[in-house]
Amino acid sequence: MANAQTLETIYQLIAPLNKKGIELSPKTTFASNLELDSLTVMDLVAEIEDEFDIILPLNILPDLETIEHVADAVEKIVNKGS
Amino acid sequence: MDLLDKFDSIVALRTSLPFEKADPFKVVMDEILSETEAVINGRRTILAGTNNYMGMTFHEDALAAGKEALEKFGTGTTGSRVLNGTYGGHKLLEETLADFYGMEHCMVFSTGYQANLGMISALGGKDDFIIIDADSHASIYDGCSMSNATIVRFKHNDVDHMERRLKRLPADAGKLVVVEGIYSMLGDTAPLKEMLEVAKKYGCMTLVDEAHSMGFCGPNGRGVAEALGVEHLADFIVGTFSKSVGTIGGFAVSNHPKFDVLRFVSRPYIFTASLPPSVVATATASIKAIKNNGNRRAHLWENARRLHAGLKKAGFNLATAEAESPIIAVHLPDPMIGTRFWEQLLMEGVYANMAAPPATPSGVFLMRVSVCAQHTAEQIDEIIARFIRTAKIINMDF
Repeated sequence: MANAQTLETIYQLIAPLNKKGIELSPKTTFASNLELDSLTVMDLVAEIEDEFDIILPLNILPDLETIEHVADAVEKIVNKGS
Repeated sequence: MDLLDKFDSIVALRTSLPFEKADPFKVVMDEILSETEAVINGRRTILAGTNNYMGMTFHEDALAAGKEALEKFGTGTTGSRVLNGTYGGHKLLEETLADFYGMEHCMVFSTGYQANLGMISALGGKDDFIIIDADSHASIYDGCSMSNATIVRFKHNDVDHMERRLKRLPADAGKLVVVEGIYSMLGDTAPLKEMLEVAKKYGCMTLVDEAHSMGFCGPNGRGVAEALGVEHLADFIVGTFSKSVGTIGGFAVSNHPKFDVLRFVSRPYIFTASLPPSVVATATASIKAIKNNGNRRAHLWENARRLHAGLKKAGFNLATAEAESPIIAVHLPDPMIGTRFWEQLLMEGVYANMAAPPATPSGVFLMRVSVCAQHTAEQIDEIIARFIRTAKIINMDF
């Protein structure tokens, strides 16, 4: 389970894209809850990468359906890098 | 459970488009009158969306060579390049291309799609990284999927964005940067010099796809890398015969001393039949003709600039500020207008491409024109006039 700090940072990056004002939680999904199209997701991925100074490979993106999935993946990559 | 149910949303989207008189996915060319004209549904139509940039489809040398090879070698090879499918003609074509590019090695594939698939899937091993532009052609994405590498994507034509990602990759890992000279939908050119220099700075190998730039970019028509003087920074150049060369097939050229091993490991090269002898002979003759055809190159660029200027003057919203390539794309506001525009333009006797997501970047809708070196100035003016008439008929604000 990702820590609160990581989740908070991701919430902040999503906020400008959250056009419908959906309340964000770890279980929020990008496709069905936030209704982000693939292009917006691509931009968001780029921002997350730059914020955490990591790479989120294209290969793992299909498995990242919720905010929690992304936060966990980010932490895993950050920890592996250090 | 019906496995086709998952496509219901696509069917719904297709049926929601108001096509009445024609369907862009069901166009039939009944007669091909020349490189630039066809008969579609009984109507004489200017072809302005066929990627036939250099107009080689009826070149007399290519026609003669194709006919002779058909008579002498038959209709097909019925085999893989690594079994019975390598004829003298295949070797001659590879030599012709290597000579055209001034490179040591060449591999010919059965389609341009397979050239990318075959190169990228073979080069990207389990511990390697492939770094691609977000707007890459489907063949590049599919090559990545088929590889075992980790795929890293950067924003379209954004050198800084690419560099930030390269910086994060392990210094000693195998890395392949894949970029295209010209991107097929918007017709925009890559900043290849900067991109290839940055790629080399981070120890990457590089593959440049010149599918939409071969024939007319650079003094010899080798592509954007030649035009910008950076061919020495490209480890592999990939291209196709289905655009400027006017037939079908694909290739990769390289100076890498170990290049030929790819013939034994590239599955899209091995597990398919080789090109028919007539196609191979056609491609060889066409490439030789392209090399010496500065006049066609010059006329093609004149046509592209004339069309761009004319459409811009008429008030259309164009995808590039200048004519960066023979691809001139007009932005349309939404799929409904896109649909009606495309249909009316065809009724006016101009065939262009309606381009929509996911084929287009950033979810845009385009009326995409590809200019041919054999279009006359009068035909270009006619295309412009018919664009304007179409916009008026469908009441498009622009």
